[in-house]
Amino acid sequence: MKEIERPSRNNLEGIGGWLNPSRYGWERISYWFQRLTGVFLLIYFIGHVYETSTIVNGQNAWDSFLELTQTVWGHLFLIMVIGASTFHSANGIRLIFTHAGIGLGTPGRPDYPYNPASLNYRQKSGIWIALILAAAAMFYGFNVLFGV
Amino acid sequence: MDLMSCLECNESIKMTSRTILKESQIMKIHYITGIAAVFVVALHIMMRLVVPFEQSLEYNYIIANYKNIVYVLILEAILVLISVHGFNGIRIILLELRQSRPWENMVTVVTISSMIGLIAYGTRTIIVANGL
Amino acid sequence: MSDTAENKNEQMITLKVYRENRGQDSGSHYDTFEVPYKKWTTVLDALLYVKSYIDASVAVRYSCRMASCGSCGMKINGIPKLACYTKISELETSTIECEPLSNFPIIRDLVTDFSLFFNHHRNMQPYIVAKDSNEDDTAKGTFSFYQVPEDVDKYLQFSYCIKCGLCYSACPTVGTDVNFPGPQALAQQYRYFADTRDESKQRLDIVDDRHGIWRCHFAGSCSKVCPKGVDPALGIQLLRSYMLGISKNDKVPAKKIEIDSTNDADGSVGSSNTE
Repeated sequence: MKEIERPSRNNLEGIGGWLNPSRYGWERISYWFQRLTGVFLLIYFIGHVYETSTIVNGQNAWDSFLELTQTVWGHLFLIMVIGASTFHSANGIRLIFTHAGIGLGTPGRPDYPYNPASLNYRQKSGIWIALILAAAAMFYGFNVLFGV
Repeated sequence: MDLMSCLECNESIKMTSRTILKESQIMKIHYITGIAAVFVVALHIMMRLVVPFEQSLEYNYIIANYKNIVYVLILEAILVLISVHGFNGIRIILLELRQSRPWENMVTVVTISSMIGLIAYGTRTIIVANGL
Repeated sequence: MSDTAENKNEQMITLKVYRENRGQDSGSHYDTFEVPYKKWTTVLDALLYVKSYIDASVAVRYSCRMASCGSCGMKINGIPKLACYTKISELETSTIECEPLSNFPIIRDLVTDFSLFFNHHRNMQPYIVAKDSNEDDTAKGTFSFYQVPEDVDKYLQFSYCIKCGLCYSACPTVGTDVNFPGPQALAQQYRYFADTRDESKQRLDIVDDRHGIWRCHFAGSCSKVCPKGVDPALGIQLLRSYMLGISKNDKVPAKKIEIDSTNDADGSVGSSNTE
């Protein structure tokens, strides 16, 4: 791509555009959620790798770290992680299919009211399935963690 | 290079810096690590559910897990796949935020070194725990 | 001057217009105008009413008034729309906020700078690249292409793009990445890639860049706001499927038919057929 010398950054939406999912429908909401869960999961993963490394320091170190995480807040945080990873995985798989051009429809001759073929029921139901799976996983996780 | 005079030539009109991997190759890695990670993470979570959850977190049970070579391989796979997938994701986010040569070079260096660092740290845990 | 409204029972709407003059560097503010409207009044009609009767200094681009030229793109109540294509009666708010399109540098009021947008488009080789049928014949236009309707359907909807910039304004990646070509340019890349007349070998390489097609994440906002049904998101994902190797590039190039310089008056072509 030919690089343009110092393109103006005036009036760019910036991160505010990423963080506001409200204006353009479900696909934009899923983009927002995918980013959010991705960053959240990476931070969790780094913490998790550190947390589990305490095992090398013996049982006392391991148990004292467990006291930190096996609390009500620790469990609630873990439920968030469960929901985030389920949504991110399910939505990610949907996105891999769309990036491969599958499930989007074929080009045709547009006519009024010009509804786009790509924003079809398959995409919307894929997003909804990801959300429902995440909710179900969080519910299951709640049952396991709080012993209900 | 003038675009209009380039009709017959086969040279690329891209003028970005040379990269080790093409972006399409990086993204294929991103998709493959993502899909593979779903499977291995699912296995990892199941390991916490085959016995009661609290018991599955006890020190001796965990050490016994680390002695199991199959489980060790699963953990190593998770480490590599998630580190690559996650840090590549952060690389993408950071590249979209700002565009300049120094920033993009910094992003490349930081993400690759973070990947290697986290994999090394996690592998150390696995190897040491396996030896305990 | 709302008392020029012929019918006192005419409905009035409040128009809140963004005002800024980058040349004078005097900061920005919103001006409020009361405008009469009927069932068929568009936002562009309201803005022109403002210019005619209230404040002539409001800067707005417009031309065809029928969603064909793409000049009057602006944010209406926060969403990129064409002003001539948006009726006040369908907005269902008592105040209508008109702002310049995001992601385009503001020149003045509702007028924005499209230079970078057009530059991204130019970088896509937005023209048919095809060798002449006769290698020695440098005169262009001496042959015609043969395309059946199925060939045309593969790219037709993407050729309906009017370069209004609404998709570029809605795209979250464009909001932070100035090197990202934007949905319009990428969809045009697919438009030429899918065209059987095109022989360029560079199209996929042009967009295979760390700021290229891979920075599209299918947020779909571009297709949501497109007034012409171009569906740029579809074009981008279809192009990507070729780059991932999912779709095979087995395009059959369009046959070239040499036009005899002594064409009959009824337009029938000359006799020779070359590939």
